[in-house]
Amino acid sequence: MGVALTRAAQWTGPARLKDTPANEALVRAVAAFVEQLGSRHPREAECVFQEPLRWRTALGASDFQTEYDISGPTVQSRERDEAGRPLLHLSPPDVSVLTFSQLSELLQVAENKKLEEVRACLEANRDPLVQILGPEIEQKDMPSELKSRLLALLQQLDSDLLRLSIEHVSPNAKKSSEALKSEVELLWTFCGDENLLKSVKYTSDYVFPNGCRSPPWRQVHGDICHLLVQPYDIEVLHITCSISGVFLNMGVTQEGAEESMYDRRGDLYEGLVSLLAATSPHFAKNVSRQDFTVLEDSSSTQNNPHVESVDTGNCGQAQRPDEHREKNVHEKARQWLGPNKPGCTKKLEPSSKWSKLGLSSPKWEAEKKKKMRKTPQPDVRRKTNFSGSSLHGQSTQRIKTTSDDFSESSSESEEDEELTERRTETNSDLPSEYWQIQKLVKYMKWGNQTATVIVLCALRDFNLAQETCQLAIRDAGGLEVLLNLLGTEEVKCMIGSLMILKEISRNSQNSKAIADLGGLQTMVDILDSPNKDLKCLAAETIANVAKFRKDRRSVRKHGGISRLVELLDCVPDPSPSTLQKQRDVEVARCGALALWSCSKSTKNKEAVRRAGAIPLLARLLKSPHENMLIPVVATLQECASEPSYRVAIQTEGMIEDLVKNLSRENQELQMHCASAIFKCAQDKRTRDLVQQYGGLEPLVSLLSHSENKQLLAASTGAIWKCSLSMENVAKFEEYNTLEILVKLLTNQPEEVLVNVAGALGEFARKPANRVTINNCGGIPPLVNLLTGTNQALLVNVTCALGACASESKCMGTIDSLDGVRLLWSLLKNPNPDVQASAAWAICPCIENAKDAGEMVRSFVGGLELIVNLLKSSHLEVLTSVCAAIGNIAKDKENLAIITDHRVVPMLAKLTHTNDDTLRRYLAGAVEHCCTWGTNCAMFGEEGAVAPLVRYLKSTDPAVHQATALALYQLSKDPNNCINMYENGVVKPLVDMMGSTDEVLQEAAARCVRNIRLLALANEKARYG
Amino acid sequence: MSAASRKAAESLAESLSKQVKHFSRTETRRLIHQFEGRCGQQPGRRAGSGLDRGQFRNMLHRTFGLTHDIIMDRVFSVFDRDNDGYIGVREWIAGLAVFLRGSLDEKIKFCFEVYDLNGDGAISREEMFHMLKWSLSRQPAEEDPEEGIKDLVEIVLKKMDHGHNSKVSYADFEKTVREENLLLEAFGTCLPNAKSIQAFEQQTFQDLPQL
Repeated sequence: MGVALTRAAQWTGPARLKDTPANEALVRAVAAFVEQLGSRHPREAECVFQEPLRWRTALGASDFQTEYDISGPTVQSRERDEAGRPLLHLSPPDVSVLTFSQLSELLQVAENKKLEEVRACLEANRDPLVQILGPEIEQKDMPSELKSRLLALLQQLDSDLLRLSIEHVSPNAKKSSEALKSEVELLWTFCGDENLLKSVKYTSDYVFPNGCRSPPWRQVHGDICHLLVQPYDIEVLHITCSISGVFLNMGVTQEGAEESMYDRRGDLYEGLVSLLAATSPHFAKNVSRQDFTVLEDSSSTQNNPHVESVDTGNCGQAQRPDEHREKNVHEKARQWLGPNKPGCTKKLEPSSKWSKLGLSSPKWEAEKKKKMRKTPQPDVRRKTNFSGSSLHGQSTQRIKTTSDDFSESSSESEEDEELTERRTETNSDLPSEYWQIQKLVKYMKWGNQTATVIVLCALRDFNLAQETCQLAIRDAGGLEVLLNLLGTEEVKCMIGSLMILKEISRNSQNSKAIADLGGLQTMVDILDSPNKDLKCLAAETIANVAKFRKDRRSVRKHGGISRLVELLDCVPDPSPSTLQKQRDVEVARCGALALWSCSKSTKNKEAVRRAGAIPLLARLLKSPHENMLIPVVATLQECASEPSYRVAIQTEGMIEDLVKNLSRENQELQMHCASAIFKCAQDKRTRDLVQQYGGLEPLVSLLSHSENKQLLAASTGAIWKCSLSMENVAKFEEYNTLEILVKLLTNQPEEVLVNVAGALGEFARKPANRVTINNCGGIPPLVNLLTGTNQALLVNVTCALGACASESKCMGTIDSLDGVRLLWSLLKNPNPDVQASAAWAICPCIENAKDAGEMVRSFVGGLELIVNLLKSSHLEVLTSVCAAIGNIAKDKENLAIITDHRVVPMLAKLTHTNDDTLRRYLAGAVEHCCTWGTNCAMFGEEGAVAPLVRYLKSTDPAVHQATALALYQLSKDPNNCINMYENGVVKPLVDMMGSTDEVLQEAAARCVRNIRLLALANEKARYG
Repeated sequence: MSAASRKAAESLAESLSKQVKHFSRTETRRLIHQFEGRCGQQPGRRAGSGLDRGQFRNMLHRTFGLTHDIIMDRVFSVFDRDNDGYIGVREWIAGLAVFLRGSLDEKIKFCFEVYDLNGDGAISREEMFHMLKWSLSRQPAEEDPEEGIKDLVEIVLKKMDHGHNSKVSYADFEKTVREENLLLEAFGTCLPNAKSIQAFEQQTFQDLPQL
């Protein structure tokens, strides 16, 4: 009882048992023992105590029955001891008891208050054993047999109590003891080695189920085991390994020890090796040399494979990868230093390493020693490296302050605090914050407004950005409570709750949970509150929660969009004069943040616009504050995917502000501005405005932030779209944009590359730029990009290359890189856009390449591939392929091949189209294909003539020209002429002969000539 | 009201409105009028002494929605500057000025005085315990209710005890509240909420007929 009470029980202050589960269990056990003693051991129970146990009781005279002498408030038992003292004497509030049987009587009288009585008794009698049995027990000679039997019973109780309290300690001990065990095993491998240790022994061979070897009453102090380590140079070291670390004790041996022997002597170390190294110079010297060889070893294994093989193979000690690395390393090191091992010696040739080792080791040793001296920490609360806890410094700090608050200058209570702290630290994988938060949430559930506000403030002191804390709140059911608080009228609770929700909703799991609990609706309702702090916090939280489409929809459904837009209604003042105005600006900022999140859904964009946000956003865009501008511009750029916004951004005059903000310092803001321009500059007027406000130069200068990829993507995108205007391209040339862009073709993420390639494609529309691109070395990276898979990128790259290929110099480069083959292979890409742009790019290649015909034939299966694309249903693909076929057919051999692939019927089938662009290129393809074999007649047979004649009614002069050329070719076949004539071709052709376009004139005239010649020949034949 | 007493009230309003910056003269006059109305309702009282503890508490409860017994007693004591057991008209108006329209500084001072139960210039652990005693209401039976309260006290101490002497001095309190406004009424509501302030002001300053 003595040991258990002084050691295991957790005391606060000199005379107070703490209210912990461990103490609770302890008191219960003592009460049960006392009650059972009377019935089980009646004789021992009658044994009179040396000194009475006295304490302040809650019982009064009225509680006792007739067996007692009751006079007024005092009660005496009838039984008395030899000296005539009553065995129980109560004079409220004090009671004194002389036997266990009276004690158990008293507990029965106390009924359900008996635990309080036991507790009070234990608190008042800190050393009950001495009081019960007299000071003789210290000398271990018992005056009577009865007393020694009682002593035996009490000792039994004592050990039971200890076991009980160990149950509360053991989970932590288990983990540490395992780590320790492996460390001791490591030390064993050092034993016998004359450079390290002689022996390492445990003081006890008995291992408790929790892995500890220390006696239970030491385990409650965190001790795991005690060791006797015999180094070579000094005497035996008595070492205690505890949860908090390793230290020298006063001399615990195998025979057991006095209590004082367990006290700590010297510093606390993290591990056995560091303790030994600090204590035994010999060990330190050799172990550090080992470390050195290990380091040497790992750095030089590659250049010395022979030695490596000795290490692992010939000594028969292959490395076990599953072993602790350190151990592994030490083993290896030991082999190095143990040349006496048979089989190893002869093969270990003296290498440069040995001499190096000898030379440099003293220096290393000194360093090592310096380090060692630093390692020991005087702070007992130090975290151990094997505790497995993931506590951070901050939380350790916090625990410390808590315990400081509790400590009431008693050394004992301090010790107890240490114990509890260790417990929280090592309890499990979860850090102590987790449990603290759980407790706080519990109080928040139970507490009234005052308690809730306190708890909310305490919660805010945790690092809520940390995932552990965020999830701890959720796991404890905190989200429900916090959301419930939002439904109350208590402004302070609401503010506190939102402050926490705002932080923890950054975690997507939490934001999802908040949305699922219907939190968005509550927060949308709060937006109506007159309290501006509440509005801000609610809007910011909505900004975090509305991450998923479902949640954004729910904001809209609950009328959140219009309320958020209302928040924007404030006039941005460059220097808000009053606090009031600052508040308004803050409200608007938070509203913009929430709208930014919400505007990621198309329907929300529409709702935001309908709520009248655009003029408000335009006004806020004039704000001088970056933290306001970022959410505003971000919302705008998000919404600019909608045509209605693009128009509004232009007409509300926002382009000027967007351009202005491009020159600000903040990269996020620049990025959003550039991105907004990117999306809007599809419109010609917008592009002009960007140029007018001087936006092109800042856009180019943003390209220098090559490390910020998002910014780079946005700015290249804006440049691309702005370069759709040739005037802008000219402007860009002044800033050497082309050179910069070409440099961005390598080592960039795809979203940047897409835009760069797109911009290059636009720039290359000017012939001079094509040469520049070639000169800057832009072609090879572009050709390289053809092997990619990003379809948007492929479209832009093929466009750029197609534009460049019109320049013969560029074409030479492309050809030398086998670019045409790559382009051709893109015709196999499943994406029709890629197919089309590849086909378009192929056209200039064929036109400009030397030996184009030969080149095309060299692509195995290439011609069949392109002809088969005429089956596509995609208009742009058909158009581009027709254009390509027109070019291919210029080479007679290739024409023969594509004719074999039935190009004629396929083209004929397409002639019914109404699309002018397709008509134009289709007519071109027909024209060129007619020049082989019976193709001309075949087109007629396939019914291509009549539709072609109808093309002449088109309004597009380009179609007229191509059609006229095609008709001229077709008119070489008499049947076609008849067909044309019947379809009324002559009148439109005659009209076209009057055209200003000479090619058209000529083609029309030739066609009419052919028709006329046929007619003449016919007449001649008929009329002879 | 006789002409003489009206004149007296007028001059009182004049002098009070100069002392108490939060109220205009008209407002002061109305407050005086209302105060006298309240005092007049009580039978058998000597004139001029003001509201006694019971009446004052009653009013705190009905008009300003305060509920906590200890706190209401303390609010009375803070209002009652001269410690005569009655709130006089000057005390009433000076107190209301903080109560209704006090700046943060004034409120901090007021709350601290309320919470410093024994007036020794610091809020001790015992005082906190006393005030927070009933703040955990719906506790399950198996838990020790005192343990939770003690925990709360430690939490507050940790936040506020910048001097590390296990109690909260005025400087500690002020510093804490400045950093975290929510903790102004950390130990129990002792100021009216926005709604009841609005209701009171409306009733006092607007609904009454012009004097």
